[in-house]
Amino acid sequence: MNMNGAQMVCEAIIAEGVKTVFGYPGGAIMNVYDEIYKQDGFEHILNRHEQASVHAADGYARATGEVGVAMVTSGPGFTNAVTGLATAYMDSIPLVVISGQVPLSLIGTDGFQEIDAIGISRPCTKHNFLVRELSELPRILKEAFHIARSGRPGPVLVDIPKDITAEFGDFTYPEVVSIPSYKPTYKGNNRQIEKAIDAILKSKKPLLYIGGGVVLSNAFELVRKLASMGQIPAVETLMARGVMGAKNPLLQGMLGMHGNYSSNMAMSETDLVISLGARFDDRVTGKLSEFAKYADIIHIDIDPANIGKLVDVDYPIVGDVTVVLEKMIAKLEGKINPDRYSDWREVLERYDNLHPQSYVDSDEVIKPQWAIERLGELLGEQAIITSDVGQHQMWAAQHYPFDRPRQWINSGGLGTMGFGFPAALGAKKAHPEKTVINITGDGSILMNVQELVTAAEYKIPVINVILNNHFLGMVRQWQTFFYEERYSETDLSFQPNYKALAEACYGIGYDVTTKAEFDEAIKDAIEKDKVAFINVQVARFENVLPMVPAAGALYNMMLPKKEEEK
Amino acid sequence: MADVRRVISVLVENESSVLSRISGLFAGRGYNIETLTVAPMPNSNLSHITIATNGSERVLEQITKQLHKLVPVYKVVEHEEMVEKEMVLIKFPIDENLADIQVLCGAYNGGIVNVGPKMIIGMVADEPSRIKHFIEASQRYNPLEVVRGGVVAIER
Repeated sequence: MNMNGAQMVCEAIIAEGVKTVFGYPGGAIMNVYDEIYKQDGFEHILNRHEQASVHAADGYARATGEVGVAMVTSGPGFTNAVTGLATAYMDSIPLVVISGQVPLSLIGTDGFQEIDAIGISRPCTKHNFLVRELSELPRILKEAFHIARSGRPGPVLVDIPKDITAEFGDFTYPEVVSIPSYKPTYKGNNRQIEKAIDAILKSKKPLLYIGGGVVLSNAFELVRKLASMGQIPAVETLMARGVMGAKNPLLQGMLGMHGNYSSNMAMSETDLVISLGARFDDRVTGKLSEFAKYADIIHIDIDPANIGKLVDVDYPIVGDVTVVLEKMIAKLEGKINPDRYSDWREVLERYDNLHPQSYVDSDEVIKPQWAIERLGELLGEQAIITSDVGQHQMWAAQHYPFDRPRQWINSGGLGTMGFGFPAALGAKKAHPEKTVINITGDGSILMNVQELVTAAEYKIPVINVILNNHFLGMVRQWQTFFYEERYSETDLSFQPNYKALAEACYGIGYDVTTKAEFDEAIKDAIEKDKVAFINVQVARFENVLPMVPAAGALYNMMLPKKEEEK
Repeated sequence: MADVRRVISVLVENESSVLSRISGLFAGRGYNIETLTVAPMPNSNLSHITIATNGSERVLEQITKQLHKLVPVYKVVEHEEMVEKEMVLIKFPIDENLADIQVLCGAYNGGIVNVGPKMIIGMVADEPSRIKHFIEASQRYNPLEVVRGGVVAIER
């Protein structure tokens, strides 16, 4: 079919089954927007900042497991999108971002709104393309989607000069992709799998170390099955919350810098780490030489570069965690004896009883942990929770009872403040039937606050619960612990009127200072079905605990005070 | 872990941004590049990049794996048994002892490749350690300019 490059872009998006595209027009991408105007194969959401467009596409991708698509113009449009690309890159989220570029003849001349998008995005994309000829465009679009979703997923940028989107040519969307230099490994080496199985059967204190790769690979049922058939205890990383399900007695909790006592002790004492799609991030391991010191390590990862990057691995298995676990489970069936690990489970239970995940509640002021637990009681499994970055994010990860993967959406790797609200918009577009809550802070929410307008215009009723402590809380916490309480530039006492701000943008606002008001506000916001800010005044100096100081050993945790010590 | 030197050959699709992907990977992840050479391979759309680098075993393993992850990279070869050669061009003033210079170049399997009114140019292609020695030995003839070519290698 003969059409211009702009229409080819739209046809490819439709062919890939994408229902919602997030973006912002501008000079170099105008041809594509002209075709968007004419088509009805997908909906376009006009965010009010390109960063939010990419985060929204990212939230859509995380909520569904499908490729998210964002569209931006050249120059500043693209540079605004970079944080979004980097966020998706660090968490391995499949995105295709289309950026306009100045016409081919202007490239390299410092033209208006020209920037080297390929050069800038190289370290924060899985791959990127500059389209140099119209004839390449269909193949590049097909490859972009393929690369984004296959292997270890990630964001792909397609930078298209304006003259190419105007030019006419023949369009056939390729059915198959053939990139001889790109062949991800899915299967896992059988001999290594056999050896790993032997190690599991011989171990006395095995531990499942579950990472975000399990979510990406949709392997949670297999992980639960492996855990249950051997009654093997499990810990989750920040990115894996929901994989085991909060009620699962084998789940110790989240490990790492803000992990709970039994999780971190489990990792410190295990004799066999079974790592499933996790990458030994520094926020998880603490001091490397003390991490899982007594353990052999089975490392299952689709990205060979993750294996042996930080810790020496005894049983490396490169492959998709789903494919590898299917094989492992089949071979373990009938052989694994759950009784073998009962002493180990008892030890961990004792640890958990000794120092459970806890906080001291108050009648005078709302504790942020209470707010999150209350949300869990009110909404539980049926909500999708996004978050921004900081204390509220850690409290949400610690205290919300996540029951399934893709219920918890946050920026773990890059730690991008301002992620939560636009990501919530993407998640809500993907799952309009679900309540979508962005748990945020008074610092983070202002970093993409313009999305109130987007949410109101398109009637995307996400609820922002602002745990407001009038501080950049996490930095303040570090200043308290490590900088002798010098609160340099973290006091946010000067604040907008959040309720009025939401209402100025045709949303709905609530000021909450008591537990009763909290319940009422949540219920009312859900009922009103409008974008909402629930501004919750919380205890100002509450800290996220337990805490492993940076580069400390996991077993050296600062623990929360207990009820009787308050 | 002690640093070791390694020569890596990378076969890549011959496209415009591929060299920046590779050099950017090294810069971004803090890996060393001692030398880097690149040229298209005959009768194909591939280029052959030879990188001499150094680092701990863990870093060298990461370099190989990270290179592999780049989409346009076909193949990464860490050389162990290899023939390794480097080229150097040295410009000398014409009033130096030309016979000596000729003998020196000859001793390193090279020779005089150009003579002008004011200078002569010697060329040597040999193993990197021998190139180093040649450059040292040439110092007594007051070289005006030294240009090294970077390592190329082929598996034995």
